[in-house]
Amino acid sequence: MDHNDSATAGLARRDFLRVTALAGGGLLIGTWLDFEAVGVLQASETFGAADFAPNAFIRITPSGAVTIIAKNPEIGQGIKTMLPMLIAEELDVPWESITIEQAMSDPSKYGSQFAGGSTATPNNWEPLRRAGAAGRQMLVTAAAQTLGVPEAELTTGGGAVHHHASRRRLGYGELVATAATLAAPDLESVKLKDPKDFRIIGRPIGGVDNHKVVTGQPLFGIDITVPGMLYAVFEKSPVFGGKVASANLDEVKSFPGVRHAFVVDGGTQLNGLLGGVAIVADSWWAARSARQRLRVTWAEHPTAAQSTTSFSAKAAEYFASAPRRSLRNDGDVNAAFTGGTVVEATYEYPFLAHATLEPMNCTAHYSDGKLEIWAPTQNPQSGRQLVATTMGIAPEDIAIHIVRSGGGFGRRLANDYMVEAAWIARQAGAPVKLLWTREDDIQHDFYRPAGFHKLRGAVDANGKLTAWQNHFVTFGEGEGYAPSAQLSAVEFPAMFVPNFSLGVSTMPLGVPTGFLRAPGSNALAFVFQSFIDELAHAAKKDPVEFRRELLARFTPPPPPSGEQRGPVPMNAERMRGVLDLVAEKSGWGTRTLPRGTGMGVGFHFSHRGYFAEVVQVTVSRAGELEIDKVWAAGDVGSQ
Amino acid sequence: MKVSFVVNGTPRTVDVPADMPLLWVLRDVLDLKGTKYGCGVSQCGACTVHVNGAPTRSCVLPAPAAQGASITTIEGLSADGTHALQRAWEELDVPQCGYCQAGQLMSAAALLSRTSKPTDADIDAAMNGNLCRCATYSRIREGIHRAATIAANNE
Repeated sequence: MDHNDSATAGLARRDFLRVTALAGGGLLIGTWLDFEAVGVLQASETFGAADFAPNAFIRITPSGAVTIIAKNPEIGQGIKTMLPMLIAEELDVPWESITIEQAMSDPSKYGSQFAGGSTATPNNWEPLRRAGAAGRQMLVTAAAQTLGVPEAELTTGGGAVHHHASRRRLGYGELVATAATLAAPDLESVKLKDPKDFRIIGRPIGGVDNHKVVTGQPLFGIDITVPGMLYAVFEKSPVFGGKVASANLDEVKSFPGVRHAFVVDGGTQLNGLLGGVAIVADSWWAARSARQRLRVTWAEHPTAAQSTTSFSAKAAEYFASAPRRSLRNDGDVNAAFTGGTVVEATYEYPFLAHATLEPMNCTAHYSDGKLEIWAPTQNPQSGRQLVATTMGIAPEDIAIHIVRSGGGFGRRLANDYMVEAAWIARQAGAPVKLLWTREDDIQHDFYRPAGFHKLRGAVDANGKLTAWQNHFVTFGEGEGYAPSAQLSAVEFPAMFVPNFSLGVSTMPLGVPTGFLRAPGSNALAFVFQSFIDELAHAAKKDPVEFRRELLARFTPPPPPSGEQRGPVPMNAERMRGVLDLVAEKSGWGTRTLPRGTGMGVGFHFSHRGYFAEVVQVTVSRAGELEIDKVWAAGDVGSQ
Repeated sequence: MKVSFVVNGTPRTVDVPADMPLLWVLRDVLDLKGTKYGCGVSQCGACTVHVNGAPTRSCVLPAPAAQGASITTIEGLSADGTHALQRAWEELDVPQCGYCQAGQLMSAAALLSRTSKPTDADIDAAMNGNLCRCATYSRIREGIHRAATIAANNE
């Protein structure tokens, strides 16, 4: 995923309402939400398809009990709370009165169920409000028919329809039987609340599972228990994708409590089922203890010689000549470097593991050709496809429970641990909970890719930035990139510097990489903002003032051709807003700081969000840095 | 081997391997899933429980070492989820992913039991060994202050 592509303007959508009368007289209101999401969802197979799907979000019983279905995976971002808020607001039911239920993975009912790319709010903001508003509309119509009054005389509130003139009130539960017989309103034309009338949206509301969290109730993937369940560990090759040549399985099997030990051949895709040895036991501790006795001989693997040192050496070799490919070339960089002050710097950053506090785990049960899976995953639909393809099971025969994740950060967009659990459970012939050790988790992540930037910039006699040249060395082959290893040609400061060039050289990689939250941004903000600071110092300008001048020089790109929709461009005015705000709040330029203490500034645009930060740092006599305080200003408002 | 201790006020006897950490006895033998596995090497604090009142990393404590001890887990922090810390945590919406919070709460409870009105420095010192990958640290600190107030005022 290119992190800028995820910030895509607008969504094409076709919505159809579907209403179902439930057995027992309840009402189920669903919508067909047809997202034609672009950018993030199409940029990578890892994210799965943005499938078209019907959705069912609201259940009202004749007794008036309202259940709202939370469709997306909860990984700590609060989405199990936030998406139901949208529905409850427009349905006009008191927040405290509703029950929230986590949906299973079912794209035929819920559409895209996915946690990644900061997409849930922009993608669901209006569709889910419309789903709630349609429900309210039908209940009002049902009340109008029941009471024999015009709809215009009716209001809603407190989970009921009110007719003030006659002081009559009908609870939603009393109306479901009639509402279920009505034709569905056109979703596009249902009336949405004026935001000034919001009672739920905009109110601080605690996470719906907070009470379970603070009382230690089972909630996370690691807490799943299934009758007859066994526990598994899985040892994979220290060289990514390496296969088992041999292993002392008999010795492992003789360990107390061990039921099975077997080799999983695995495939070649780093984000699929890889080779290893599974140990299945009566308890996780037994499986983990038996693993201490496991001795595996791994087959030779072609990427075994890759190392941090070899990557750095290759980057240095690339930096000695021109980039292999040009991604952007504005103005005349070379001419601009003949004048003014030229600054050169090389920046590099390492691979990073996500290190979710809950290690990877998944529980699976294979029975009669069908699989039931309990997975803390950010991307259940992609997991289903992976399991189906790998194991030769029809996708419709795989049921996936979406379980709360103890952190995601992009790690659980990959479902390697899901297919491992499913495979091991089938072979073990029993329900199995696979739990990785912390060591497994760090060793077999989908890392934020390392990267290397050779930067050159020039400032003129007036302190203006006149030229910016970046040779980016990253991972990939041909024109392709390793997952999350690319750099957008519109990434700031593109279009803000008259003479600008961006070129890229790639090297092959045998390490799995993926999306670590704010993919790309978490590395690029450091590189570009640091280099901008170096240029500000060369220009003898205040770093905030230098950035203000830079932001004032935006040159809009030509409009995209045809129907191609580009990423949402950074709005320089909004960035200026957060920069000014953080400068003001931090007292930038007005403080007298003790010797050894200083302040630094940076800003970044990512996933439609604008952020600027000021950090006050003290350097000790020993040269250690201590962060005294951070001021942050953000703008994530509607756009 | 057979080990006996009191867990959340109830005497329990388990028959487990001698090297089995208390964490796995609690989770997989006694089915108390609130205590979490994060690292297995006493580095993250997610597995923190009280052993005879002291905050203890259950992932590295062999079960026999707890023979005869009184153990409190998050499930036993209060009878009904109304410990001042639990109330403060809900009031301030402290949890993000929530995975570390049982350990955070147990460390915080041990702190409050010996220091009823902790300073920021007291809190930082007591909570230093509990990692939160979501970085809810400022809310945790605020939550402990709030809990101290709740307890002091009998709210």
